[in-house]
Amino acid sequence: MSLNYDQVIEKYEPTLGLEVHVELSTKSKMFCSCATEFGASPNTQTCPVCLGLPGALPVVNERAIESTILIGLALNCSIAPYSRFARKNYFYPDMPKNFQTSQYDEPICVNGYLDVQIQTDDGDKTFRIEIERVHMEEDTGKSLHVGGSTGRIHGAEYSLLDYNRAGIPLVEIVTKVVPDTGKYAPQVARAYVAALRDILRGLKVSDVKMEQGSLRCDVNLSLAQINSGKLGIRSETKNVNSLRSVERAVIGEVIRQANRLEDGERIIQETRHFLEESGQTRPGRSKEQAEDYRYFPEPDLVPVVPDAKWIEELKKTLPEKPADRRKRLQTTWSVPDKEMAAMVNAELLDTVEETVLLGADPTKARSWWLGEISRIANDRSVMATELISVKDVAQVIALISKGELTDKLARQVVEGVIAGEGSPVDVITKRGLKVVSDVSQLMKAIIDAVTAQAETAQRVREGNIPAAGALIGAVMKATGGQADAAKVRELLLKHLGQ
Amino acid sequence: MSIRDNASVMSEALDKKEISAVELTNQHYEQIAAVDKDVHAFLYLDKEGALAQAAAVDKKRAAGEKLSPLAGVPLALKDVMTQKGIPTTCGSKILEGWRPPYDSTVVTKLKNAGVIILGKTNMDEFAMGSSTENSAYGPTHNPWDLTRIPGGSGGGSSAALAAFEAPLAIGTDTGGSIRQPAAVTGTVGVKPTYGGVSRYGLVAFSSSLDQAGPCARTVLDTALLHQEIAGYDSKDSTSINQGVPDVVAASKKLDVKGMKIGVVKQLAGDGYQKGVEDKFNEAVAELVKLGAEIVEVSCPNFEYALAAYYLIAPSECSSNLARFDSMRFGLRVGDDGVKSAEEVMNLTRQAGFGREVKRRIILGTYALSSGYYDAYYGSAQKVRTLIKQDFDAAFTKCDVLVSPTAPTTAFKIGEKSNDPLAMYLNDIATIPVNMAGIGGMSLPCGLAAEDNLPVGFQIMSPAMKDDRMYLVGGALEAALLYKWGKPILDFAPKLVGSK
Repeated sequence: MSLNYDQVIEKYEPTLGLEVHVELSTKSKMFCSCATEFGASPNTQTCPVCLGLPGALPVVNERAIESTILIGLALNCSIAPYSRFARKNYFYPDMPKNFQTSQYDEPICVNGYLDVQIQTDDGDKTFRIEIERVHMEEDTGKSLHVGGSTGRIHGAEYSLLDYNRAGIPLVEIVTKVVPDTGKYAPQVARAYVAALRDILRGLKVSDVKMEQGSLRCDVNLSLAQINSGKLGIRSETKNVNSLRSVERAVIGEVIRQANRLEDGERIIQETRHFLEESGQTRPGRSKEQAEDYRYFPEPDLVPVVPDAKWIEELKKTLPEKPADRRKRLQTTWSVPDKEMAAMVNAELLDTVEETVLLGADPTKARSWWLGEISRIANDRSVMATELISVKDVAQVIALISKGELTDKLARQVVEGVIAGEGSPVDVITKRGLKVVSDVSQLMKAIIDAVTAQAETAQRVREGNIPAAGALIGAVMKATGGQADAAKVRELLLKHLGQ
Repeated sequence: MSIRDNASVMSEALDKKEISAVELTNQHYEQIAAVDKDVHAFLYLDKEGALAQAAAVDKKRAAGEKLSPLAGVPLALKDVMTQKGIPTTCGSKILEGWRPPYDSTVVTKLKNAGVIILGKTNMDEFAMGSSTENSAYGPTHNPWDLTRIPGGSGGGSSAALAAFEAPLAIGTDTGGSIRQPAAVTGTVGVKPTYGGVSRYGLVAFSSSLDQAGPCARTVLDTALLHQEIAGYDSKDSTSINQGVPDVVAASKKLDVKGMKIGVVKQLAGDGYQKGVEDKFNEAVAELVKLGAEIVEVSCPNFEYALAAYYLIAPSECSSNLARFDSMRFGLRVGDDGVKSAEEVMNLTRQAGFGREVKRRIILGTYALSSGYYDAYYGSAQKVRTLIKQDFDAAFTKCDVLVSPTAPTTAFKIGEKSNDPLAMYLNDIATIPVNMAGIGGMSLPCGLAAEDNLPVGFQIMSPAMKDDRMYLVGGALEAALLYKWGKPILDFAPKLVGSK
């Protein structure tokens, strides 16, 4: 019988290690001036350098170095006064030179950390993830294997190669082993990648789109018996492409490894691939037969020797840390913990902030984005921000505060904007959704209601204020829901001498 | 004006419109047609392109445009430098049919200067060799004696100069491939300071050692070409961002009075042919007559230079040559729609690379392997540092260092082709310069008594002080010319059909 996660975790202690590859959003490639735009026609963004033609030589992109140093600083790393590129030699058709220019024993940033917070049974807890290194390298091209059943190279009829991605700057961020997470390993892994992504986004060095592969995570995981004082043999699950998948990959590997150990089998040091559908992993190539990469210093490039003054200047340009920013916004907006967490998890913090910056009330902005808009987004499985712009939401909120829209009307306006009927103002005009605030028109409806429900009106006159509800309802109905309910109430009570 | 004249003389004649660039170019193609079937200096001739280029220069000159001194002068380009649209083979089957889509920086500079590129010259495959016998397209023959090697790897370029097929040539020098061919053909060749001439478009053998440089029949011609091709290039990260030393002025100065010239103790003795040592010593005596002071210097770590070189160069080449995999250019073998990409890569590399190239790829792959890296590549790098220190110490005592360029004169074709170690020893005196990244020149210093073949005299100068070797070389050349009464190439037997 196989053990489930909870059973495993009573017996085994997981140890994590995370390697994150980030594509930098520099305009040009790591070692040449080719464009890096995503989605261009195959092989249109290439030159002798990134195609590895004979005689071509690399020249380092200064912006890529700057971005890497910024990442290192944001992760509390030391910036090496002297670092070098190295060649990682192996043959693969989508790698033009049959070596990858990377960094090996002399990376540019070392020894940093990132604190991440997760919710545990005992409340919030902070885990410090130590960063071993942050280094630069170039991406490879892309192979498309055509024919065959698997879409993999084995069994394919032929392969197409696109070198547009070859030479795009990559930064690899490698953690030290992360011990003592216990059963929270999956959450810690997820929180780390999420926190890292927020930092990278804040630095504006990458568009960090996991679904497009501009941020990819390799999850290293090993298990050991609790209190054994040993480290188990690790597996490396490659290219996990969403936060949820990171969490699931850890769970999947914990369960798989534990059940192998339970069955008396050993864990093989190997790379594995994550399967989105099942949450399990399948074996890739075994590292025991791994190639010898024959690293040696890249003789075509000079060492990277960043000026200390420059590093100090870069330090000054670092944006506020995401955790600090969150604290600040929570206080300024007076958001309860739970709602704050909901906003962060829904990845709507930036959006809400932008809406507030356009003049919206923070509470309103939050409730619109996390309420109505998120509901529709969830129904349609899209991002809330893909449905409606921050500007339109801010405008709707402004119209509400001005009394030109009721909440109910506003929902219809938002719905219209999402349906593509134009701006909020367009929708209001087209659908005729203006609030009826004309006193004479409202008074007419009030008098009608009072006449129709004389008994109720009498009770209100006698001081039974809650009874006014029925009359307000009738007025609202008479005005097709477009009356400002507060205004109706005010006029009605006044009319009935209250 | 004849094709036997120096480039500087041709330049003057062109300037005075005594001859047009088209005429001069045609004369050289006639000479090539007459002698190259015997010499085999060229792998490819771009007659159409060269004549169009020459016509363009003539037109500019007629219009009174200011031209570079070498505008209209023909040149032979070693087949390791890319030239847009022109086949570039590096002497290898694996690149057969490849036409690069871009110009190397050296070629861009030559084109801008109006230098006429006649064609591409033969070489040892990927510049690995000292005899040009390793070319996949057959050996080049030494114009002094067609049964002998013209040196290597740049034997095509040196032979083209000695056979008057071109007055100027471009070579590349990783361990002596410019200087040793110059030595055995009675011509002049310079390996500039590493980083002095851009490597962009030079198909790499060993990136940290490779350096393109000028070849010609006189020191001044070499300097004129040096001036055109040298200088910082933003496309080559290892290029030096400093002004080019005035090598032309240095070549014309002819004054070495008071200069301190160091004779390297380790680059003599065992393995050096007697006639080579005699001519070298006579040249040193000439320098003394000119007022130079001779200092004997010791560079104890030179002993390990060859061994370290044969770890570093193969290591880098094993990685540099990985890109020749049939995927994007050049030869492709076994692509039958059934074999995998990996199998096609293997078959292509098996068929496309020659024995010496494979030998060095295997050596380098081994030296970089995990577990061996420190002992081999790591130790070799330490030796490299020690050699640099030897040079640094020597240059505190003298302005330049001198030695014979090669231990022997030109040997017979086939004599050493089955003995790689004997072949490697040819570069024993030239390799230290590459290991330290400094400048080195070879110029002829006479004919060895035992075989009447040219002997090369090597001058080594500190990094970015390339002008010093031109200064000493120019003065020595003038003294020897006076002594001999005519240029050394006039002592060579006339080739059949030659003008």
